[in-house]
Amino acid sequence: MNFFTHLGRFILLIKGMFSKPENLRMYWKELMHQCSEIGIGSLGIVAIISVFIGAVSTVQTAYQLVSPVIPKSTIAQIVRDTVILEFAPTLTCIVLAGVVGSKIASELGNMRVSEQIDALEIMGINTKAYLVFPKILAALIVVPMLVVISAVLGIWGGRFAGSMANIISPDTFDKGLLLAWMPFNAKFALIKAYTFAFIISSIPAYYGYNVQGGALEIGRSSTQSVVTSCIMILFADYLLAAILL
Amino acid sequence: MIEVRNIRKGFAGKVVIDKVSATFDTGKCNLIIGSSGSGKTVLMKCVVGLFEPDEGDILYDGLNFTGMDQQNRKIMRQQIGMLFQGSALFDSMTVEENVIFPLDMFSAMSYKDKKKRVREVLDRVNLQGADKKYPAEISGGMKKRVGIARAIVLNPKYLFCDEPNSGLDPQTSLVIDKLIQELTVDFNITTVINTHDMNSVMEIGDKIVYMYQGLKEWEGSKQEIIFSKNERLNKFIFASNFLQDAKDMRMLEMKGKIDNDRDMDQLLNT
Repeated sequence: MNFFTHLGRFILLIKGMFSKPENLRMYWKELMHQCSEIGIGSLGIVAIISVFIGAVSTVQTAYQLVSPVIPKSTIAQIVRDTVILEFAPTLTCIVLAGVVGSKIASELGNMRVSEQIDALEIMGINTKAYLVFPKILAALIVVPMLVVISAVLGIWGGRFAGSMANIISPDTFDKGLLLAWMPFNAKFALIKAYTFAFIISSIPAYYGYNVQGGALEIGRSSTQSVVTSCIMILFADYLLAAILL
Repeated sequence: MIEVRNIRKGFAGKVVIDKVSATFDTGKCNLIIGSSGSGKTVLMKCVVGLFEPDEGDILYDGLNFTGMDQQNRKIMRQQIGMLFQGSALFDSMTVEENVIFPLDMFSAMSYKDKKKRVREVLDRVNLQGADKKYPAEISGGMKKRVGIARAIVLNPKYLFCDEPNSGLDPQTSLVIDKLIQELTVDFNITTVINTHDMNSVMEIGDKIVYMYQGLKEWEGSKQEIIFSKNERLNKFIFASNFLQDAKDMRMLEMKGKIDNDRDMDQLLNT
């Protein structure tokens, strides 16, 4: 299948999600379940990565800022902006593409191969709406939250590492955080988060929903979905930066 | 009654089933048989609407299913139950949750009534004490029973079973066959079974459609199959010498040439 066939089928999948729910309560239950799976399930790894990324940013920025004329508070400024603009949304979402994306693809793939999706269709349930839509909506709800948490923890990690390594005192770090703050950076991070949330949920859902074959194909589609999601995240990252900054 | 009229279905330019017409009667076990690749699964998937036929019509009690819009199909599908080859139970749900799922989705019953209905159908398929178990914790035969329970929980008018005996031992297969037959008669359901299990054919085949290379080759009852002179059908049904001998004996019995209650010890000693 070529790119345009995939694109066409992807658009049809997204279009097919929008129909009247058979039972709103069941859809709500599924949405909450997915929010918990994606959000709570990924919180641990997001927290660990964020703290370390922030810590490494502080240490490496301090290492490069050797000039005595540059105040130490600049380290906090650089850490804040890199974490908010790039590390929190992009790196978190690349990690989530692996954690959440492979889970979505393999879950749907297994349901397809074991005829569970057919069983739902036979019951008269729109499987695109019941299985795919709650996953995408849940990602759109919880991924921006995870990105915000990641940004906070990243900055905190940077502050903690700076203090522990005697690079920058917590007071100086806090002062630096408030210098030249541009609120648009936070908006930009959230725009990225929403875009990446759609990518990391819809692409694996597409690959998983359309699996044909057996266990081997489920593994392949899961890997393929993660690779494609990561490439699309990086592509969207560049595109958004070029357009909005 | 389900009527299939001149169904044709192909994939990537290759015709898999062609000009297939058949009727499946209400209150009877209608069997689709045929060797692997003969098109029986494709035919069943066309009938239930999982595949769109390229040509032809499918009528459920006179209503044209192929011509229906999505909304009417959804309503029609609530009258259809299906047991899948691998049971297709939802892995993340317990037995009870699997069976209650269609009720949760489509019924306005209270939780208490739903639980009562689930208990009824689980009792009907002789499955007790497995309510809280997950599909991975129960045997293949039990999975089939849960699949049947889920398929009948909404009181369907039409029941489809795709190879209900696959992966089961002969004794359990017989139990599942009998269960499907009882449900068909008790609830006056139009049951369509896809199988290549010869025991099923001889036990519950009220009406049999034999598929060969995508075409309907033969249609009749289990009594007629014994006397059929269709060479392909005979080769398929009575493939082994044992089954051929069994067929000969059955023919002689039916013609009254040997006693049905024959003394086997005497036969073996002569």
